[in-house]
Amino acid sequence: MKVSMQINGQKMQVQAKPDSRLLDVLRDELGLKGTKEGCGEGECGACAVLVNGQVLNSCLLPLGQMDNADIVTIEGLPSDSPLVASFHACFAAQCGICTPGMMMAATALLSEYPQPTLEEIREGLSGNLCRCTGYGRIYEAVLQAATGVTHG
Amino acid sequence: MVEWVRPQRVGEAISLLSKMPLDHYQIISGGTDVMVTQRLSMHQKNRDWLDLSAIPDLKEIEVHDKGIRIGAGVTLSALRRHPQVQKFWPMLAASAAVTGAAPIQNRATLGGNLCNASPAADNAPVLLAYGASLEIAGQQGSRIMDYAAFHVAYRKTALAAAELLVAVHIPYPPDKSVSLYRKVGTRAAQAIAKVGVAACFQIDAAKTIVQARFGIASVAAIPCSLPTVSHYLQGKKIKQIDAAIVRKGITHDIAPVDDIRSSAEYRLETTSRLIWDAIQHVE
Repeated sequence: MKVSMQINGQKMQVQAKPDSRLLDVLRDELGLKGTKEGCGEGECGACAVLVNGQVLNSCLLPLGQMDNADIVTIEGLPSDSPLVASFHACFAAQCGICTPGMMMAATALLSEYPQPTLEEIREGLSGNLCRCTGYGRIYEAVLQAATGVTHG
Repeated sequence: MVEWVRPQRVGEAISLLSKMPLDHYQIISGGTDVMVTQRLSMHQKNRDWLDLSAIPDLKEIEVHDKGIRIGAGVTLSALRRHPQVQKFWPMLAASAAVTGAAPIQNRATLGGNLCNASPAADNAPVLLAYGASLEIAGQQGSRIMDYAAFHVAYRKTALAAAELLVAVHIPYPPDKSVSLYRKVGTRAAQAIAKVGVAACFQIDAAKTIVQARFGIASVAAIPCSLPTVSHYLQGKKIKQIDAAIVRKGITHDIAPVDDIRSSAEYRLETTSRLIWDAIQHVE
């Protein structure tokens, strides 16, 4: 099946089985290895990407449903995104596997709630598991990206 | 070669299904369950796909004078954010909001949650407690059935060959009513329920229970109600309700098992406490 998508602003055509997972297409066909596979079951959010502005788990997306989709992966996040600086400043990454998914979920969250409360951040990132940081530094980084204010 | 078929209308999907042997197509909508099971079960591979996600009719929510009609393809995100769902059917907004998390809710559909037919389905208890019915389309047109009759056995539904669930109908709750939904899982987000409980009480001016309706997930082979308890509570005021009789009724009505997520004993205890807690809200 031939599918046309816009990935990180670039029009692309992919030829693959219609039930291929977007995750595999991104990593194996297009070499976009920033998107990680954690559980492969939609539980952990490591593979989260933006599709038409919504945060989705790419391990659950069949290519057959992706025709004309507008996809943003971690590689498409601008390097001057406040999240890049705040994740760094807050030490919000440890092993790093969850980080791309966290940043994509945070991007979707901030586009809907530019000034989120802690509760909204917790809710917005609740589909992303982190086994290192205990989440506190990640929430802090998202808050800092939103407000530009450094806490504590 | 695996084929991917993406009809634009319900009738087209039904006609495709009716032309092929049973189980020829793997039906997919949001894919949050199907994409997982498909990968795990080797024997299911290489089935053709019937994708319902491009049918606009399935995405509609219509609020009318009798209640609400929710297209089977409406996502849980759309449901939890819908102002009238929040206002008139708060338990449904609540159950949609605790089904997985944002990336799941953005894809998962109400119809998919029901047709996947897990006994732990998060939105099932609420629909039982609200007395929902289902609109099912087939070759002869569509039929309406009580949601309570939809789950016939473990992971088996009443859908016949070449039938599709197209919408969920929910009546307005009675004027004077109290409702409560609670999910218990290992963690607050992204957990599959150990127990999910929904209760809806219709009461009169003197706070007598006119009708009590329950829905419970994860405590039997299918999402179930509590007929014995509902019967016992009918016509009673809170002071007349005996906790031991309620508990005995729950024990009679549910059939919890030990599994990877919880034990039968925990499920019975938790269900009993949640139901008792819900009853206290009548006062």
